[in-house]
Amino acid sequence: MTELNYAAPDSLDAAVGMLADAGAGARILAGGTDVLVLLHGDLIEPELIVDIKNIPELTDISVEDGAWKIGAATSGMKLMGHEGFAAAWPGVIEGVALIGSIQVKGRASVGGNLCNASPAADSVPPLIAAGAVANIAGPGGRRDLPVEDVVTGPGQTALEAGEMVVSFTFPKRPPHSGDCYLRLTPRTEMDIAVVGAAVNVTLDDGGTCTAARVSLGAVAPTPLLVEDAAAALIGTPADDAALVALSEAASAACDPIDDKRGTIAYRIKTAGVMARRAAETALERARRN
Amino acid sequence: MPKAHVSTTINGDEYEFLCEPGQTLVDVIRNGLGLTGTKEGCSTGDCGACSVMLDGELVCSCLVLAVEADGKNVDTIEGMAEGEDELHPLQRNFLELNGLQCGICTPGILIAARALLERNPDPTETEIRFWLAGNLCRCTGYDKVIRSVQAAAEEMRES
Repeated sequence: MTELNYAAPDSLDAAVGMLADAGAGARILAGGTDVLVLLHGDLIEPELIVDIKNIPELTDISVEDGAWKIGAATSGMKLMGHEGFAAAWPGVIEGVALIGSIQVKGRASVGGNLCNASPAADSVPPLIAAGAVANIAGPGGRRDLPVEDVVTGPGQTALEAGEMVVSFTFPKRPPHSGDCYLRLTPRTEMDIAVVGAAVNVTLDDGGTCTAARVSLGAVAPTPLLVEDAAAALIGTPADDAALVALSEAASAACDPIDDKRGTIAYRIKTAGVMARRAAETALERARRN
Repeated sequence: MPKAHVSTTINGDEYEFLCEPGQTLVDVIRNGLGLTGTKEGCSTGDCGACSVMLDGELVCSCLVLAVEADGKNVDTIEGMAEGEDELHPLQRNFLELNGLQCGICTPGILIAARALLERNPDPTETEIRFWLAGNLCRCTGYDKVIRSVQAAAEEMRES
């Protein structure tokens, strides 16, 4: 058995250096709600745990000229309690609010939810719909990656050795914009998504949809950006015909599995229903602001 | 790695301890410091029996490394009653209204319920049920837990 070491650097450079030195033997600790379960279940045997929560950039929430930036290790409860961010991106907050219990959200972070790379992660579809960008740091320096390009398969990400997600930046929102995330589970709380659907829209002054992004979770090996579903809304008054087309495009994009929570047919059908309902709420929000 | 040296404040008292880097906070609280009011149930963050407050945030102490408590404030069930004799209104109402049977989940539920009432002194039944969704109880069926929290909330609002 390898001996475990713990480090809590207070600068990003120090953390990146430690991760580079330790190589595959290092694991990042943010909220720990995944990594500590793996550690104590003897599913991983790291030599070094790098706690990134003492690095200011990892837990900051800031806004500059309408563009929000959130640290990747910010806890769910801290994000949900941030009135400015919650008002700007209610759909992202709806996704974060569905990650586990209050206790789990007291620790669990959006960065961890993304990098754990579950197809059913609740905060990921709304990040994708928002057009959020993951700001990554590693031995090769800094780079940005759209959130939809981070997860490459169940438990797999596009992060290179030694890289970590530092923060997420969100685009400035034009007037008449709104987003929403909805999740389908067999229970009302504390369950894993059968289908998750996030929609983010912008309307012009006349009510025509000028921009849209649609993302689905739990219906494919990775969270999906469904461009066909967005295209069904863009350029339309977002009427019933457009919403039917969006719903059909969402179902058509699914490539789900059968499991105890839902069959393939059920997931495909309900993905369309959930996408439409999320779109209706996102549109309602966009018309109000 | 040698054992880590941790200085932390628990229920207002300063503690120093040595721990292994991978040791959980619940392990140190119970087995190192003898504060056995906090219970360990699932060890995976599902049951909430090990709920404590860490710098004012409700967390599962099985999902916190003890080294992370360095320089932080921890509140456990042992700090809930006022002195030896005076129970917290939540504790008293759980006793009076039978909000517990075997009692294993109770310290975690009390800690979680207090955190709720500090944020929201007048929660609806739905808000209480959602807030306590991370605290599993296999005895009561939850109804008596909810009624106990409601009664305590009412008493605390009036005092």
